[in-house]
Amino acid sequence: MTWGCIVIEVRNLSKTFTLHTQGGVSYTVLKDISFQVNPGECLVLNGPSGAGKSTLLRALYANYKIDQGDIVIQHNDKKINIAIEEPRSILNLRRTTIGYVSQFLRVIPRVSAIDVVCEPLMQLGIEREEAYQRAHNMLTRLNIPERLFSLAPATFSGGEKQRINIARGFLSDYPCLLLDEPTASLDAENRQVVIDLIQEAKAKSSVIVGIFHDAEVREAVATNFLNMSSLDYAA
Amino acid sequence: MQHESISLSDHKPLLSVNDISHYYGNSIGCRNVSFDLYPGEVLGIVGESGSGKSTLLKCLSASLAPSTGSILYRDRTDAVHDIYAVSEAKRRMLARTDWGIVEQNPRDGLRLNVSAGANIGERLMAVGARHYGDIRHEALGWLGKVEIDLNRVDDFPATFSGGMQQRLQIARNLVNKPRLIFMDEPTGGLDVSVQARLLDLLRRLVSELNLSVIIVTHDLAVARLLSHRLMVMQRGEVVESGLTDQVLDDPHHPYTQLLVSSVLVA
Repeated sequence: MTWGCIVIEVRNLSKTFTLHTQGGVSYTVLKDISFQVNPGECLVLNGPSGAGKSTLLRALYANYKIDQGDIVIQHNDKKINIAIEEPRSILNLRRTTIGYVSQFLRVIPRVSAIDVVCEPLMQLGIEREEAYQRAHNMLTRLNIPERLFSLAPATFSGGEKQRINIARGFLSDYPCLLLDEPTASLDAENRQVVIDLIQEAKAKSSVIVGIFHDAEVREAVATNFLNMSSLDYAA
Repeated sequence: MQHESISLSDHKPLLSVNDISHYYGNSIGCRNVSFDLYPGEVLGIVGESGSGKSTLLKCLSASLAPSTGSILYRDRTDAVHDIYAVSEAKRRMLARTDWGIVEQNPRDGLRLNVSAGANIGERLMAVGARHYGDIRHEALGWLGKVEIDLNRVDDFPATFSGGMQQRLQIARNLVNKPRLIFMDEPTGGLDVSVQARLLDLLRRLVSELNLSVIIVTHDLAVARLLSHRLMVMQRGEVVESGLTDQVLDDPHHPYTQLLVSSVLVA
């Protein structure tokens, strides 16, 4: 099954941070960035620490507000410029279209691992039983022992938390995936599972933008690269 | 599985707030506040004490007439009411059938000298329920939903802990299926473990019942957990607003940056 045609188009994107609590210093992290990602492609963001890779990824998820430019998500015949959309349209887009997997899991007290993973499916209106079954399969595939499913992930190890995040991000089969170091604290076996998940998403014509410090993962999944470098420290 | 793909819900706003101001004599309570709230949306209002959050909430919840501005509410039949222009009787009717108010202090929102069951049943009777068995059944159902032991149905809330009282207040407000809930610091004054349980419960109920909520809090973690979008208030005015995670992770206004950077991480 594929998503039809999904394309991300970024035009002249710029982002400057101004720190009012620190003397109003401002610095430009992204300047005039343009690119396009087509169905089935995985664009890998390359560059040293501080080059703005995570900032760009967060901008694509509308987590960071951009100062200039457009981020257009075209899905079949619909186009949305997330740079100018209202919050509820963005939330709708996040429910149905764009998934984001970071290295860090935001834990909610009392919510079990399997509920964390299921939540996006439930928000799409999928029945609890089916959602649980799919979450169960995904967690098993990522080698999370079943005894952890019903526990809140607050006490999990770094690698376990990250795999909960990955399961949550990949379970809903988003047509567009943003991955910020999804394999950062994984062992070789689980890294391979993530590579497989990414390849399967590409095969379904998803579009993917990712940051991977691990060369092995990067080489395995990349179809294109965007090279980024640090800008001068002043706007 | 079906992806609805980029479909925007085209609902009309439930609440339209147009340029609301409220003055206490010469001093500003809140000033020039405008926004639309859509069905199922949770709006958080954050800011420090004295920033005008509670004044605004009182204006919005039909408890305090604003000095200027109007608030339009769209009811279940799609009819729009200017809530300070309609009659007192109409306003009271809407308050009973369509809105709920969860007070910070549950003792302000509950009747302490009647049983827990009666506290929940009162709302049902206010809209015409008369069958004792049905009312009791409904009350028991709601005690279960808010995780209160059913054996406590005949006890007075005065004998409940703060967390239980707050959960009872929520049940009392939700029993007749309102569409819009106002909450003023619903977790204020509770132990963190009690707070976590309450937040979990609120999150679940809000999404199950597709409620629209306006929640005032000074706790940014509570705001992040519950609200879809945020308004940040300072000295009576909204200084920044937007998607919750955007406002908290990429704050633009100096005051928002100060708020976000002042949070202690445990």
